[in-house]
Amino acid sequence: MYDTTYYRASSVSDATSKLAGTEDGMFLAGGQTLIPTMKQRLAAPSDLVDVSGIDALKNISVDGEVVTIGAACTHAQVAGSSEVAQAIPALASLAGGIGDPAVRARGTIGGSIANNDPAADYPAACLGLGATIVTDTREIPADEFFVGMFETALDEGEMVTAVKFPKPTKAGYAKFPNPASRYAMVGVMAAQTGNGVRVAVTGAGNDGVFRHNALEEALGANWSADATQGVATDADDMLSDIHGSAEYRAHLVSVMAGRAVDNS
Amino acid sequence: MTDQGIGARVLRKEDKRFITGKGKYTDDIVQPNQAYAAFVRSPHAHANVKSIDASAAEAMEGVEAVLNGHQLTGDGIGNIICGWGITSKDGSPMNMGAWSALATDKVRYVGDAVAVVIADSKAQAQAAAEAVMVEYEVLPATSNVLASMKEGAPQIHENAPGNLIFDWEIGNKDETDAALASAHHTTTMDITNNRLSPNPMEPRSAVATFDESEDHYTLYTTSQNPHVARLVLSAFYNVAPEHKLRVIAPDVGGGFGAKIYIYPEEIVCLWASMKTNRSVKWTSTRSEAFLTDAHGRDHVSTATMGFDADNNIVGFKVNTKANLGAYMSLFSSSVPTYLYATLLSGQYNIANVYCDVQTYYTNTVPVDAYRGAGRPEAAYLIERMIETAARELGVDPGELRRQNFVREFPHQTPVIMAYDSGDFAGNLDQAKAAADVAGFPARKEEAAKRGKLRGLGYSNYIEACGIAPSAAVGSLGAGVGLWESAEVRVNPVGTIEILTGSHSHGQGHETTFAQLVSERFDLPTDNIQIVHGDTDKVQFGMGTYGSRSGAVGMSAISKALDKVEAKVKKIAAHVLEASEDDIVIEGGEVKVKGTDKAMGWHEVGLSAYTAHNLPEGMEPGLKEGAFYDPTNFTFPAGCYICEVEVDPQTGVTEIVQFTASDDFGTIINPMIVEGQVHGGIAQGIGQAMMEHAVYDDDGQLLSGSYMDYCMPRADDVPNYTVSHHSTTCPGNPLGMKGCGEAGAIGSPPAVINAITDAIGNNNLSMPATPSRVWAALQQVSAAQAAE
Ligand SMILES: Cc1cc2nc3c(=O)[nH]c(=O)nc-3n(C[C@H](O)[C@H](O)[C@H](O)COP(=O)(O)OP(=O)(O)OC[C@H]3O[C@@H](n4cnc5c(N)ncnc54)[C@H](O)[C@@H]3O)c2cc1C
Repeated sequence: MYDTTYYRASSVSDATSKLAGTEDGMFLAGGQTLIPTMKQRLAAPSDLVDVSGIDALKNISVDGEVVTIGAACTHAQVAGSSEVAQAIPALASLAGGIGDPAVRARGTIGGSIANNDPAADYPAACLGLGATIVTDTREIPADEFFVGMFETALDEGEMVTAVKFPKPTKAGYAKFPNPASRYAMVGVMAAQTGNGVRVAVTGAGNDGVFRHNALEEALGANWSADATQGVATDADDMLSDIHGSAEYRAHLVSVMAGRAVDNS
Repeated sequence: MTDQGIGARVLRKEDKRFITGKGKYTDDIVQPNQAYAAFVRSPHAHANVKSIDASAAEAMEGVEAVLNGHQLTGDGIGNIICGWGITSKDGSPMNMGAWSALATDKVRYVGDAVAVVIADSKAQAQAAAEAVMVEYEVLPATSNVLASMKEGAPQIHENAPGNLIFDWEIGNKDETDAALASAHHTTTMDITNNRLSPNPMEPRSAVATFDESEDHYTLYTTSQNPHVARLVLSAFYNVAPEHKLRVIAPDVGGGFGAKIYIYPEEIVCLWASMKTNRSVKWTSTRSEAFLTDAHGRDHVSTATMGFDADNNIVGFKVNTKANLGAYMSLFSSSVPTYLYATLLSGQYNIANVYCDVQTYYTNTVPVDAYRGAGRPEAAYLIERMIETAARELGVDPGELRRQNFVREFPHQTPVIMAYDSGDFAGNLDQAKAAADVAGFPARKEEAAKRGKLRGLGYSNYIEACGIAPSAAVGSLGAGVGLWESAEVRVNPVGTIEILTGSHSHGQGHETTFAQLVSERFDLPTDNIQIVHGDTDKVQFGMGTYGSRSGAVGMSAISKALDKVEAKVKKIAAHVLEASEDDIVIEGGEVKVKGTDKAMGWHEVGLSAYTAHNLPEGMEPGLKEGAFYDPTNFTFPAGCYICEVEVDPQTGVTEIVQFTASDDFGTIINPMIVEGQVHGGIAQGIGQAMMEHAVYDDDGQLLSGSYMDYCMPRADDVPNYTVSHHSTTCPGNPLGMKGCGEAGAIGSPPAVINAITDAIGNNNLSMPATPSRVWAALQQVSAAQAAE
């Protein structure tokens, strides 16, 4: 690890102003991605501004039809929240399936979506449920937030403060874990929302999380696992690596979509 | 009477310190004035080194020195060698390419070290290593044997044309060809054995100290065989003469073969300590471990097995191409030859067996022994062949095996080995009963109702342990003898120290070896201390690998105990005025049989050391040593039955039942043996379904972290049903065969045979990942659609 300067922020404004004053600083949340990357000397932030101690970012609230999760809420907190379990059980179960207990105890929703790993689970939840990402300066619809692999619509120094999930009529998540990393090799969030059926796929696409129009149409017409059978996914758009071919991932997308519906 | 002798489930003495985090590993050693080494490694698989500019690094804070390969060879440090010479078919010796601990003009795999930085702190050393400027001229690379053997492939070592290291053969070729030509049925398969990373929990580490005032070196290192390390460091690498070099392997957190060899880093730490006059420490990062620990397996084979009209095997012919990586590691040449092809007769009576093996250089890390070392490759080949043949012949795979079992011992195979004992049908019957094979069809039907494909596979493995008779291995090319030594010291108070040349790095020797003594002298294991792993304390020894510490290491202890016992009886007979033949040792006493005359065990010790009243002419003291050279290999064998369910939608395989029946000969501690089997099977399941060390065509390692290298986790493996059906090994005093590798040797074919049974397609390679199983299922549906 390269030398770095650590600062524990007390509020959102403290964090953003502190970061603005650094040469090449980064926010630090759960550190479950950033710290290993630094240990491998693949990242060298001059400063770390730790947002995980900001109380205002650690709340979960349900307000009518919207579940708001503070950016510094850990996966364990979301998985164990009775409010989330009641309002959007698919979201609680998704959080409970991330990594292992140690990772879930530290990793945060804000860090996960800011990082936008193409195999992460939360991006599928945000996109599939039609969430809104709240930052220190604005609100960004999920459809515009996830730009590509490890890329988001966040500006330099912009900080995620919360994610707002509208309560779906029904939603289910199914994850096929990568055998080695146990991140998603194919993860599908399927939801009946106020704006129709939404299906988001993570892990499989060669440009990160994406919405699957053909599955949305099929499930819009018939919300059943059967409806997903035979819905084709173009293998050209899929990742291919030592864990699975593009064809295999394309095949798994409809299988997992079916299981997501079964889980809903 | 103690209940801690042979056959007792004594809890492991060493676990107190391991479980409480008090183990002392090499990285825990801190020497005064210690500096840290960081290696500058090649990012290219194959390149000429044009220049190294260390000026910026040398100027950095805390940097003591930046050293390179020219300085190393200039100081007379010798090249790293392979210690087992193999002769090709045409009589020529193997083509061993030069391997300098720091590359001089050329690098040959990603991770090959070109320079080392020695600095006050680890962070300073790492930072400076990054600042060393190396100019490379990148060359085309090859990463597998098929690429290396191609016409026009990049030439990796000048003295190995076509990258061929040797072309070796064993068995009777003409007879085998004739038998196959006249066979009633033949089965032919292309079979690959996947390349693996060894992954011991503790990464490699070394702390070297040069003491200028004494002209003496001390090396703490993660070694399975510290004496061999000292011998090689001294005799071949010219680091220091043996009497000026102490090698200590303290607690070692797993080896699996990868810690047998002497790697560049240990050599460099010793040399750098002399150059800088400081202690030098290096501990591998996990990333470095993936890049530089010797990998295992990596065979590509074609095999044909022939049967007569009654389904008796008449011939078995195999061609294997083995990848040895960029350099020849210490025992690399023996693994795909004498540790492999000598087992190709399996448990079967086959009159004609022939195998030829070509080994090649590739631009990958060296490949050497890994848990099983050659025997897993042999078992996988034979056991997949016979299972597939049974399917082709339409006969029960268990019964086809049974019909061909060797039943009389000793049995001379056509490939050197002479099996000394076994009851293969007994293991088959025991495993079949425990696995309820009879109930399988009903279970398969029930699974089908749930949409699952259920399959069952056998593996009847045999392997060779207890390496090995020194003269025999010497005649086959080994550069060392493979005996073992022991010293038994009875202290004046009667407690006992056993100094052994075996090395424990997870096997539980501190417990089992003590049990052996407890059995002999009826003493509690608490009174017995096992001393190992330090060349200054222990007489010469050959170390631990190839499941040899029981059959060879304990046999040496047993021989030394014989001598101690004889002397104890002489002393007691003298003191108690009785005949030696009437002396018995039990219950902490040495007694005259049938009388109440006795002396305490400790009193015998005291008598030996006070020497006030010893028999005429007897030397004082109670300490005996022995060297034991085995008379034959030992032959652990067994039957494994695996049952799986495959989800046809995803290709995910679940192992629903795994049954083992092993023949390990005498078992000292069943609990430890079961642990070895459990761990071995988990490793075998890892190889069969998950683990794969993969390089891309340019020689970059794609599986360089646990994000991509899939190790089995607890929830990947089933509960095992482990049982024993043993025959006594006639070749050593304890009747032991060895159990350390059997699980890893026997399990992969059982798993793959079960999966291929479930999916109805024999064309499946390890690791059988969900993606591969699904693709094999697609082949089945495509074939069905075409019909
Ligand atoms: C062993 C292991 C297994 C894992 N398995 C999974 C898995 O199965 N599925 C999965 O989805 N994930 C998995 N993860 C990732 C983990 O879930 C974390 O969510 C993820 O690493 C990022 O969250 P974090 O809070 O740790 O962020 P950090 O690592 O602290 O930061 C990540 C990035 O986000 C930035 N950042 C952090 N907070 C904010 C913010 N509020 N605003 C703007 N930028 C911010 C940081 O600057 C950094 O660039 C795994 C991680 C590990 C170590």
